[in-house]
Amino acid sequence: MAEEEKKEKKGFFRRLWSGLSKTRNSIVSGLENVFTSSSKIDEDFYEELEEILIMGDLGVSATDEILEKLRTEVKEQHIKEPAQCRDILIRGIREQMTVDEHAYDFEEHPSVVLVIGVNGVGKTTSIGKLAGIYQQRGKKVLIAAADTFRAAAVDQLKIWADRAGVDLITGAEGADPASVVFDALQAAKARHTDILLVDTAGRLHNKKNLMQELAKIDRVITREYPDCIRENLVVLDGTTGQNALSQAREFAGVTNLTGIILTKMDGTAKGGIAIAVQSELKIPVKFIGIGEQIDDLQRFEPDAFVDALFDVTPQEAEEESTAEESKEETSPAKEAPKEEESQTTESGETPSSEEKPKNWWDDIDDTPIFREHGDYY
Amino acid sequence: MAFESLSEKLSRVFRKLSGKGKLSEEDVKSALKEVKIALLEADVNFKVVKQFIASIQERAVGEEVMNGLNPAQQVIKIVNEEMIKLMGPEGAELSFQPGKAITVIMMVGLQGSGKTTTASKLAGKLLKKGKRPLLAALDVYRPGAIKQLQVNGEKVGVPVFTLEGSKEPVKIAEAALAHAEQYHNDVLFLDTAGRLQIDEDMMQELEDIKKAVTVHQTLLVVDAMTGQEAVNVAQTFNDRIGVDGVILSKMDGDTRGGAALSVKAVTGKPILYVGMGEKLSDLEQFYPDRMASRILGMGDVLTLIDKVQENMDEEDEKANAEMSAKIKKGKFDFNDYLESMKQMRKMGGMGSVLKMMPNLGLSADEIESAVDEKKMARMEAIVLSMTPAERANPKLLTPQRKYRIAKGSGNDIADVNRFIKQFKQMQEMVKKMPGMMGKRRHGNPFGMMGMGKRGNGNPFAGGRGGFPF
Repeated sequence: MAEEEKKEKKGFFRRLWSGLSKTRNSIVSGLENVFTSSSKIDEDFYEELEEILIMGDLGVSATDEILEKLRTEVKEQHIKEPAQCRDILIRGIREQMTVDEHAYDFEEHPSVVLVIGVNGVGKTTSIGKLAGIYQQRGKKVLIAAADTFRAAAVDQLKIWADRAGVDLITGAEGADPASVVFDALQAAKARHTDILLVDTAGRLHNKKNLMQELAKIDRVITREYPDCIRENLVVLDGTTGQNALSQAREFAGVTNLTGIILTKMDGTAKGGIAIAVQSELKIPVKFIGIGEQIDDLQRFEPDAFVDALFDVTPQEAEEESTAEESKEETSPAKEAPKEEESQTTESGETPSSEEKPKNWWDDIDDTPIFREHGDYY
Repeated sequence: MAFESLSEKLSRVFRKLSGKGKLSEEDVKSALKEVKIALLEADVNFKVVKQFIASIQERAVGEEVMNGLNPAQQVIKIVNEEMIKLMGPEGAELSFQPGKAITVIMMVGLQGSGKTTTASKLAGKLLKKGKRPLLAALDVYRPGAIKQLQVNGEKVGVPVFTLEGSKEPVKIAEAALAHAEQYHNDVLFLDTAGRLQIDEDMMQELEDIKKAVTVHQTLLVVDAMTGQEAVNVAQTFNDRIGVDGVILSKMDGDTRGGAALSVKAVTGKPILYVGMGEKLSDLEQFYPDRMASRILGMGDVLTLIDKVQENMDEEDEKANAEMSAKIKKGKFDFNDYLESMKQMRKMGGMGSVLKMMPNLGLSADEIESAVDEKKMARMEAIVLSMTPAERANPKLLTPQRKYRIAKGSGNDIADVNRFIKQFKQMQEMVKKMPGMMGKRRHGNPFGMMGMGKRGNGNPFAGGRGGFPF
């Protein structure tokens, strides 16, 4: 199991690695530098570490917490070598990022997944991807288009829903989003839907009235469908800096946040904010968008994520790349298709994608509207 | 306690040092360490911070500490000045082709940064200035993107050009330009798809567009909430495509907006506008000085003052002048309290106003917990339950009257007593410092009432900070 698990993780991890390579380089090369160039563990050493972590968008308090742990362990274990600190540091962060084993229980029960976040973080796109994933897994999925504000938001969602073969409940532009949700809840109950995905309008978290609107939607769900499993996911843009903390905090104030979808993790320097959010708010990252292809919304793998940030030297990754490259090929846009076998080897624990050798999106023809670019929002 | 404000930190650093004539290297170093962290917390890129701090250090060491300032303030003053200089100039404008020639403006940026919305806002703005703008939809990738532009264009009354069925942005750009020529539009906006700066194909596409049509202005739209990444984005777009101006979007959030400094520092290109809301009219000029104090976490006083002015009609203006006069004399009553509450609400509530104030020494979290809007409503109810005579003359408030007020306002008699006590304390304090009040026209001390945490009689919780105005 351990062997297999490792392999599987590396598959995912390889992709993360390529997505995060630049962060990795900036953080890790910085870290390596500190670990190798510092001759002793002193204040300068800690200060350098602090700077590097902050630079990775980890934020001041997450950084402090991590370094505090490090200091304690260094003291307790009488560590003298800066290089030894590396493992401790990685372990510390990994512990923070653990996802509870029941985190995905909602997928197996009748549930309502409310997706919220500020403007332009990728809510609609994430919903579209989730709808496809669950539909493919044989779930009965329904989407509520409760973004009645942004121009053409419903049209955008409609395209996703059609693609995934999922029903969509809509209201008029400018309608009360809670009323759309109300309708969708009735429909979900009547049709015995497994998962109802609720797309909401982007709203800045400091807009009181818009947050109240969200609270209302939340209340409507609780009142109209008390038996369902609630899943409230906030979508955070991986390129966002410290403001993501404020966003998560405020959204947690109006609904009981059960998880985070971290999007746009395929650019350059990012990823740190995930650590900051989990460290400060104890809200687990459950899904991560690491690419522009449709299959790039995945369950969050803390180990793989942290490994990608710290663990592996580019060399190791090179080695894997031969085996793992394949996974990226599911999108026909890039390299030649030669992968089916590796996909099977990777199959293992994450039911979301690895369970099946064939992925649901394989059947979808690759029209430009769907492919790699611009499917955020 | 998430973030201590910079001024708070600095005053801690400098508590030991006082009465120095010149800033020593030590002073500056320890102060700049805090400034550095403040900038990092605001998401200014690390390398930019480093460079910036180094230049400040050079300038600050040995500088005379001005009369009336302490070393901390002196350092902040320098930092602030340098930041403004770096982010300037103020009031940079789009430049247009002379005469009736078409100015082609290309909007570029990451996904979700707000290009489509910003393009519509800008086009609407130009329309009002007498231009004849045309919006062209080049985002053929994101589902619904074209429709979004069409809807927004309609809202601002600007025509939108689309090429039905075309998946080739270059062709659309060419066709749009031809269309603009034919219909005598003088500004053409190319609303391109969002893209990652490391996406080779997509960056190539922008280069191709630029080759196919002459783009006069390439505007980079940057989400104000962007973290350390902002530098990479700005640099790559600038190096490959060439950026002529920057627009910061989503500035109506509570982000400190360090990305502004990062982007300006690496591109050197002016920040033209800031997006301040979802309404299509919400595109404002960029003010480096306000941005500087926002990034430093010193509050956005100027914006606040603007907001006050904007929200104050003439009648309010008069009432306010009267109030200021009263305050100066140390005379004010519950009527003034009501009035001030009314104004406070117009500005978006106590919390949002306090957050914009500098040097209050309160973090956003503390403000959040201290400002209990419900509690303030109760206080207002107390005042509203008073007779006009009582409001004008608090001395009339005998126990019976208080009892009546408590009943009338649905409060406990203890609440009423506490409120009146606080009010009297406030009166006393204001009397003691007439010089502080009325210095600014819109000074309003009453807003502080009701801030005391439960059971805390002193409205100036903990006596921190000073009067905000």
